[in-house]
Amino acid sequence: MTVAVKDLSQDRQKQMIASHYARLSRAGQEGRKVVYTFVPGNLTELLNNLGLLPVLPEINALQSGMRGKTGEYIQVAEKAGHSEDVCTYVKADIGMLKSGNLGPTGEPLPRPDLLLLSYTGCFTFLKWFELLKREYDCPVVMLHVPYQGDGQITPAMRKYVSDQLRDVVIPALETLAGRKVDYDLLSEQLALSARAEEDLVWVLESAKHRPSPIDAYFGGVYYIGPIFTSFRGTTDAVEYYQLLRQEIQQRMDQGLGPVTPEGTLSQEKFRIVVEGPPNWTSFREFWRMFYGEGAVVVASSYTKVGGLYDRGFRHDPTQPLDTLADYCMGCYTNLNLPDRINLLEKYIHDYSADGFLINSVKSCNSFSAGQLLILRELEKRTGRSGGFIESDLVDPRYFSAANIKNRLESYFQMVDAKRARA
Amino acid sequence: MSLETLESAPATGALAELVAHATRLYEDLELKGVRDWKAQDPSRRAIGFLPVYVPREVIHAANALPVGIMGGGDQIEIVRGDSYFQSYICHLPRSVIELAVSGRLAALDGLVFPSICDVIRNLSGMFKVLLPDRWVHYLDLPQNFDRESGGRFYRHEMATIAKGVSALTGVEVTNERLSASISLYNENRRALAQLQQMRVASPWQVPATEYYLLLRASYVLPPQEHTDLIRRYMQLSAASGRVEQDNIRVMVRGAFCEQPPLGLLRTLERAGCYLVDDDLVLGARFIPQPIAQDGDPWQALVDAFLYHTLPTASKYDVQASKEADLVQSVKEVRADGVLLMAPSFCDPALLDQPMLAHALEKAGIPFTSFKYAEDTGQFQVIREQAGTFADAIKLWGTT
Repeated sequence: MTVAVKDLSQDRQKQMIASHYARLSRAGQEGRKVVYTFVPGNLTELLNNLGLLPVLPEINALQSGMRGKTGEYIQVAEKAGHSEDVCTYVKADIGMLKSGNLGPTGEPLPRPDLLLLSYTGCFTFLKWFELLKREYDCPVVMLHVPYQGDGQITPAMRKYVSDQLRDVVIPALETLAGRKVDYDLLSEQLALSARAEEDLVWVLESAKHRPSPIDAYFGGVYYIGPIFTSFRGTTDAVEYYQLLRQEIQQRMDQGLGPVTPEGTLSQEKFRIVVEGPPNWTSFREFWRMFYGEGAVVVASSYTKVGGLYDRGFRHDPTQPLDTLADYCMGCYTNLNLPDRINLLEKYIHDYSADGFLINSVKSCNSFSAGQLLILRELEKRTGRSGGFIESDLVDPRYFSAANIKNRLESYFQMVDAKRARA
Repeated sequence: MSLETLESAPATGALAELVAHATRLYEDLELKGVRDWKAQDPSRRAIGFLPVYVPREVIHAANALPVGIMGGGDQIEIVRGDSYFQSYICHLPRSVIELAVSGRLAALDGLVFPSICDVIRNLSGMFKVLLPDRWVHYLDLPQNFDRESGGRFYRHEMATIAKGVSALTGVEVTNERLSASISLYNENRRALAQLQQMRVASPWQVPATEYYLLLRASYVLPPQEHTDLIRRYMQLSAASGRVEQDNIRVMVRGAFCEQPPLGLLRTLERAGCYLVDDDLVLGARFIPQPIAQDGDPWQALVDAFLYHTLPTASKYDVQASKEADLVQSVKEVRADGVLLMAPSFCDPALLDQPMLAHALEKAGIPFTSFKYAEDTGQFQVIREQAGTFADAIKLWGTT
């Protein structure tokens, strides 16, 4: 390991996020309207086009998790009658709301003027906003995004989503904003989205290089930050990804491994593909269990939840509504199970992975239901070792460090042994 | 311990025979009845469907039998199903997988998985992997209830199902055939509505277990046969001389997908609760009123889904009216209280529960909540809870 040094791109992202939260904190004074929405299927270009400010409850929950707040928030929600069985993102959000709704800057987040329910790849979203509707008593706009049950986006599906955008979502957003969508500007925004997506894909695919200059899971969640949240379609995002790409290129040229919290990983021992979201309450500890063993995640499905770009999709500025529809329907958790298996299999081959690992989180049935079949199928198809660990998104009660570490160590030994036999 | 623990008198004579027939259908996890039905005509096909709702008329009009797959209940041992799911996933998909991998679903030529939650959604993909030769379709029911967008999309979804089933049967779903199927299912709706009225008026004549078995029968019988079964049951039960017990009247909410075992329903009655309304086997009465029979039958099915389906947790609550709907239903069936009983790890039901509980509290309607699984085998705790709930209402009119 070498000493950890912050890259310019990290600083840039930090500034971008800080400026977003500053805008949110001034929203009331400046009369700006606030829209709560979700990461998968987000319509950031439209919101920005109309001067609306997005707040993403999953991001609030995961940030609360990283700050060690969610244990308390979840208990607040459970005391208010929310079941111990259900999504902890929801309970962390409800608990945060009932505890003053303090954001990561320590200031209260503004209340929503509208809940934009982009129902993409997760049934819980629907219930989540039904619950928030009761808490905030504000309008909800539903965008039903059909699931790729048969592994494809049909013209009828595309029309259904784009019709809803045109007839339901955009009119509601325009009413809230008090102005019309500027379609010329929207095209420009979508062109910017595509540019940033191009660079993001380059960054993620840099992990095909040996040694991988990035960790596509633990590092990857930082790389996806701007484009998955409130910056897609902005020059900020374009510049961030250009900067990130340059830095990764430099790392690759110098033969460096990925950056970790303890510096650059000096020896890449294992190349792993990971399926499933990370744990946020013990994120650093979880990450250390990997880089401590010399394991680098070369591809992950979680970095595709807010948009799947490495199969060629880019936002198309010439077809604004259809392209937003395709974006929504193409998010990872909106793929059917056979397609998810195919994608992971492709990652294992394309990224020359030694094995794959599933982090199965209790909270997220959208990811988790069926993962044991994914495990079997991938082992059968690739012959690589599969590992399975269980944790949760933001409930610290479900992160058993000793147990997970033990399993990971055994798993890496298994990969090693299998590699030695090959 | 409840003050009164009497359940309705057991059925006797012809009524007992009818109930025994319904019980055999319920216990027929091998789908022998479906195989027999298919054997009568080689062109017949059977299409399984998962909870909650599919437009059975479309499947029927293609000359196939819609067969509801409600899991294995407490009747099968899960040998392989558990190895497909983590401990925090509900029980239903385990037993459905068990039924599939053990060959018990071999009589089904295809399966439809309606959108209800992420588990059933992903289960559709698992079936595509596990049974690659079987026709498997994920039915994306619209959550947009506008006729021009959600309605058009739903019509397309139904056409996809019609095409898929017709490819198996060789029978095209014409407007005439679809209208005829709607007519048969409308008769069934009328019969089920009458049965529900009878239950509300005199619940001692329609014990919960018998009502439930009749509903389950609708998932394996052709519609006309099931309609006849209900009507005969009503005649026999009305003449059976069963007498009213000192039970409270309760409504059940939360049991629309994974079903409780029969023993649990029996336990509730023994604890002093008449079930006067519930959401068990909800798909059988999701559209409670007859569907329009004049005009375009496809559009009639669309409109019935968009405008006349019951509220439930898997359906987006556009008007934010689920609380008012619940309170209104309690009044309509004159329920003394509500049992919020949901399967463990059921996201839709459990995420809904705080909203329903709040509404009941606000309206001053007594309620209690508990969880179950389809294979729950110990009922003592639930009996104590339901019994205490019933006693409190009998004694004080509230909990």
